[in-house]
Amino acid sequence: MHVDLYERIWMWGAGGIVILFLGTIGVATVSQGRLPPSHVETIDPQSVFADERFAERGVTIHPDGSAEVIMIAMMFNFLPNEIRVPANVPVTFRLTSPDVVHGFQIVGTNGNTMVVPGYVSQFTITFDTPGEYLITCNEYCGLGHHNMSATLIVEEGA
Amino acid sequence: MIHNRRLATANIGVAIAAFGIATFMALMQSLSRASLDLPWRSAKMYYLSVTGHGVLMALVFTTFFIMALGVAFTTSALNRPLKWPRAGWVAFWIAVVGTVMTTWAILWGKATVLYTFYPPLQAHWAFYVGVTLLVVGSWVWGAVVIATYLGWKKDNPGKPMPLAVYGILTTIIVWYLATVAVASEMLFLLIPWSLGLKETVDPLLARMLFWFFGHPLVYFWLLPAYVVWYTVLPREAGGKLFSDPLARMVFALFIILSTPVGFHHQFMDPGIAAGWKMAHTIATFAILFPSFVTAFTVTASLEVAGRMRGATGWFDWIWKLPWNNPLVASVLLSMIMFAVGGFGGAINAAFGMNAVVHNTAWIQGHFHLTVGTAVALTFMGTAYWLVPKLVGRDLELSLLAKWQPYLWFVGMLLFSISNHITGLMGMPRRVFEAGYGGSEIAAQWSGLTLVSALGGILLFVSASFFLLSMLGTVLAGRKAEQPPLEFAEPLEGQPTKLLVFDRVWAWVVVAVILVAIAYAYPLADHLAMETFGSPGFKPF
Repeated sequence: MHVDLYERIWMWGAGGIVILFLGTIGVATVSQGRLPPSHVETIDPQSVFADERFAERGVTIHPDGSAEVIMIAMMFNFLPNEIRVPANVPVTFRLTSPDVVHGFQIVGTNGNTMVVPGYVSQFTITFDTPGEYLITCNEYCGLGHHNMSATLIVEEGA
Repeated sequence: MIHNRRLATANIGVAIAAFGIATFMALMQSLSRASLDLPWRSAKMYYLSVTGHGVLMALVFTTFFIMALGVAFTTSALNRPLKWPRAGWVAFWIAVVGTVMTTWAILWGKATVLYTFYPPLQAHWAFYVGVTLLVVGSWVWGAVVIATYLGWKKDNPGKPMPLAVYGILTTIIVWYLATVAVASEMLFLLIPWSLGLKETVDPLLARMLFWFFGHPLVYFWLLPAYVVWYTVLPREAGGKLFSDPLARMVFALFIILSTPVGFHHQFMDPGIAAGWKMAHTIATFAILFPSFVTAFTVTASLEVAGRMRGATGWFDWIWKLPWNNPLVASVLLSMIMFAVGGFGGAINAAFGMNAVVHNTAWIQGHFHLTVGTAVALTFMGTAYWLVPKLVGRDLELSLLAKWQPYLWFVGMLLFSISNHITGLMGMPRRVFEAGYGGSEIAAQWSGLTLVSALGGILLFVSASFFLLSMLGTVLAGRKAEQPPLEFAEPLEGQPTKLLVFDRVWAWVVVAVILVAIAYAYPLADHLAMETFGSPGFKPF
């Protein structure tokens, strides 16, 4: 099979770019442990409010200074609807849905997750800029989807 | 020559009709998102329209158009009629019945679940059954095309099949691999659940099956566009295909790499282990490679065309190309946009950056470059060239056809760039309006949503030009002998020897093994886990 010289060079270049892209991700994965976001935990969506993991919602500050946020995403609101967390500490969000699939995005950050009924979404993020953030539902969940939002206030640490 | 013309015409007719309806919906949506007050504007209308636009464009327009191309290209390239013409009509009518059922359910407000139909949003059963019938129709069509090819192969032992047929077969194989998943989702989960035979479904299992189907669906759209770029464009531009064997390599790579990639749509999902998301990331990046090769081969073919038209310098071949030929202009502009969309896709596939853009307006900006332009504009360009041949009439309103691709290009630039930017700023996709109760953060998006609306208006005008020209051609075009459907000659002449890429069934075996590795294990793992189902919800 004859392949033109320029095309041969191009194909090596293209292969190189693919390897460069994957290599960049691979280096971050190996050296900094950056894997795709993932958390495997199930919950009965029909008894979310009774489940001890979600019976009490809101922000808990742990003794080591880190924070945990328990939230429920439901048509068409987040519970609680306003949360305050300290800046510069790891904040772990735990979310679930008692009805349909929702999204959860803290606008202006990479805090972003799907909220799928039957599963618990969990991710950890550190906010370095105090201020008010908008949280949106970014997965269509019904006629009130565009009204589904919440407020996050990041406060200067003590 | 084209055989089974009426069948191809019927398919392309349904495709263009679906495109026409979906176009009106698109205009309304882009204006609505900019919070422009229009008569009858309501959240109910908006979400119904998003569902209709998605289903009619992404599933109905594409599938019927591809079925038409499959019939026209296969019968012309092999110069023989379909082996089972009746089955071809059965395929068409099954798909039409499915389309009517689904469209009915959507327009009557009983299926506002968007084209991704994620449960536990629950549509009327007619929606799911209709989509399933559309897929079943396309399965029968695929079988008819394959049977026709096998008949030719029997009569021509040891001869490489024409490249156009190779491309169409690749499309069908990718489609079969992909639709196994969506058919399972429909038959085992959604249809019994919507009929009340099953109380609950596992939403994550449904999402896994949907994206098992959902990403190769993208290649089902794209591969026929590539067939046009490789086999029609060089000839129409006045040149030859730069490399036939590499085009075959590209199609073979798509057979094996199209399917084991779906988890890159689910990076943000809970319930899927990180290792599987990583494995799919690797395959996703690997699939950039065949598109890079396509970029070279097609561009080199265009340079050949420019030089055959008299160009001598480094770059003047670009201006020698027939930019006033609607097919050539459509494809050239499609390719420019696809280059941008392809790099955007690489960003989406990198899970770190995906966290910033997932489910934002960036995503709709992205796929309107890829499927909305690379595929749709190529299909429109192809229609200007193919429909006259099918109906035996001259292209009518050809001035509109000449300007339409450029108008689409400009409209899409405005629409897509503004959506990419608002996406980076955090605006969610698929929202009726994005004011968020006067939020200051949301207020920053409003200027760009107006730019997006302006893009939407230009796209609507462009689509109208296309529809008018098509309607004019079919109804009032001058009856005249049309040039036959012929494909580009490779620069080195037609291949005479079979290459490793021509061993299609061996590539299929590799593909099945890769799909089994990428999906059988995680699905089995998932089914072994204790999960809780969800009852249906209809918040629309």
